Amino acid sequence: MANDNQFNKWNRRDMLKTLGGIPLFGAVWYAGASLTGAAKREKEFLLETLNIKASPPPASGPMSGKPLRVGIIGFGIRGEQLCRALGFATNDWYKEMQEALIKNPKDTRLKDFKAQENLNVQLAGICDIFDVRAEDALASFNKDGNKIKRYRTHTEMFKSGEIDAVIIATPDHWHAPMAIEAMNAGVHVYVEKPMTHHVAETYALRDAVQNNPKTVFAVGHQHRQTQSFLTAQDVIRKNILGHVSLVTTNTNRNDDNGAWQYDIHEKASPKTIDWDMFLGSAPRADFNLEHFFRWRKWWAYGSGLSGDLLTHDYDRINCILKMGIPRSVTASGGIYTHRDGRNVPDVLQVNMEFPDFTTGGSQEKGKEKGMTFVYSATLGNQFDRGTVLMGHDASMDLGNRITVYADPRSTKYAELIKEERIEPGVPIYQYDPAVSGTDAVTSATAKYFANKGLLWTYRDGKRVDSTFLHLREWLSCIRNGGTPSCSIKEGFDEAISAHMAGLSFKLGRRIDWDPTEQKIIAKPGEDLDAVLLSNA
Amino acid sequence: MNTTILNATQRNTLVLLRVLIGWHFLYEGVIKAYNPSWTSRGYLLSASILKPFFAWLASESLVSTIDFLNIAGLIIVGISLLIGIKVRWGCIAGIALLALYYLAHPPFPSLPQGPAEGSYWIVNKNLIELAALLVIYQFPLSSAFGLESMFRKNKISTALK
Repeated sequence: MANDNQFNKWNRRDMLKTLGGIPLFGAVWYAGASLTGAAKREKEFLLETLNIKASPPPASGPMSGKPLRVGIIGFGIRGEQLCRALGFATNDWYKEMQEALIKNPKDTRLKDFKAQENLNVQLAGICDIFDVRAEDALASFNKDGNKIKRYRTHTEMFKSGEIDAVIIATPDHWHAPMAIEAMNAGVHVYVEKPMTHHVAETYALRDAVQNNPKTVFAVGHQHRQTQSFLTAQDVIRKNILGHVSLVTTNTNRNDDNGAWQYDIHEKASPKTIDWDMFLGSAPRADFNLEHFFRWRKWWAYGSGLSGDLLTHDYDRINCILKMGIPRSVTASGGIYTHRDGRNVPDVLQVNMEFPDFTTGGSQEKGKEKGMTFVYSATLGNQFDRGTVLMGHDASMDLGNRITVYADPRSTKYAELIKEERIEPGVPIYQYDPAVSGTDAVTSATAKYFANKGLLWTYRDGKRVDSTFLHLREWLSCIRNGGTPSCSIKEGFDEAISAHMAGLSFKLGRRIDWDPTEQKIIAKPGEDLDAVLLSNA
Repeated sequence: MNTTILNATQRNTLVLLRVLIGWHFLYEGVIKAYNPSWTSRGYLLSASILKPFFAWLASESLVSTIDFLNIAGLIIVGISLLIGIKVRWGCIAGIALLALYYLAHPPFPSLPQGPAEGSYWIVNKNLIELAALLVIYQFPLSSAFGLESMFRKNKISTALK
């Protein structure tokens, strides 16, 4: 036979020349398979050791039944966003999006909006004291089977019997008065943050909510819908971080819009704006377009960084740690970038002390207790600093993704670090709801792509914004029962903590909370609300 | 192809080059095949030129096929070059894969550079490996080292009969 003949003639050299690649192939394959397998086993070992349950927040209930009649008060920047989350966009917005789409065919905002789930609501009422905005809403939302009516005042709206639920997106000083009136009229409330503008009304609003248990109350902290927060709660519950002694949060913005320098509408005038209604309980002032459109810059109507942005970060951490109201708060800052006549600071540092708070620890009992929550903000720089929860055993970088790093001096992970199974510089855990869920170790490349946000997908594969989910949760509680994730207890914590920060900044001293009396401690004769609201 | 007379050192050097490239392809393929969470999605979505094309490859409906084809391609090219079988076809497939990797993230000035362990301007290691495969294509040398030499020997021995 030819082959026998051939093989008979082969010498070792021929064999090597012909088949030499095969052992190389085997070696490479074996190396790849076994190294990947070993890395996988290490990863699984870590994941099993940590045992973190990664899960998105539960979906809210069905939107079936009769359409809910929703009213909106305040149809400014946020009001428009909230209406879009409900499924209602203005004619101008459609036009703007169509133009944006022509310029950039990859702009998905219009497509995402159209794909948004129908929440089965009628946008039935609008209150805006600026005629142009109210008319814009009437022109845009009186179609496709929706009927919307303008009410001159919120009282008129609540008493009409034609509105089941209201969204309050006004300047801060109107939040509580309107919310209280709506609750007492049996109208469900979704109020933007900060929940209240001063201390006394925080208690009054809490009473109103407690007195009307059938009326659903929610505060607009949409961060509660962030996919990673349940996972972060589990990280705390499993004591992965050990005792958390410091939490740092921050705001860095460096543009006019971020510094509340909003546009002033060309048609705005005393004829088109109900100025007295705008002022409400605020100190009397002459008609002022700057005050009307850029109200966040003055304590009389807004609350600057402490009310607008600290509240988000505080609530995000309170949602995970449930640490409640701090025992004391110190704050300092100033107006260092936007010296434009505003009286709220544009740089603010807030330290909140929780001396009795503990997340549990890994050292002997009683050794670890107490935590500081730091909020650090500037409107003159936009360097991204991230939110970090720092424990004795590990640190958690908290965003849409969660990344946990073991601490080199950890008690809990000391053995594993010694055995080189944990490297303090490499994350021991990563949760990215977009990619494969969880990961124990990550390569530089994977991290690079993830950090660019390119792998981000959304709930059920759809791009859903958290405001939509937050509103949906509120509507679901109205329809199906239940309490929103950010209701009066959470709102009360948020409002009091933010007011303590504002007071500390204004008074230049530490502000203490009396947990037994449930009161902010004032000096004799001191009117804390007057201090907080004062434009001085 | 014109027969080129190579001396033994030249021939062995080219074989070494082929084996090393095959080794690299195979290892990349095996690593990905054994890592179920690996996906080319991030690489494709962050492409700096020809974005619509790479985004199409990375689309939900296509990306798992692309991942499979990439892994299969890497392994097949690796086997071809390493054990010396259908080397020219292996070279063509390898060149196609490398061209895609290169085009997704070309080291052109002004374009964002992904993670890299060195510094590159227009030329990077993908391009060099691609050029090396062009050389191998010209000198597949399966008869000098590889399974194909068996068939050749077979032919020779049959011819001798």
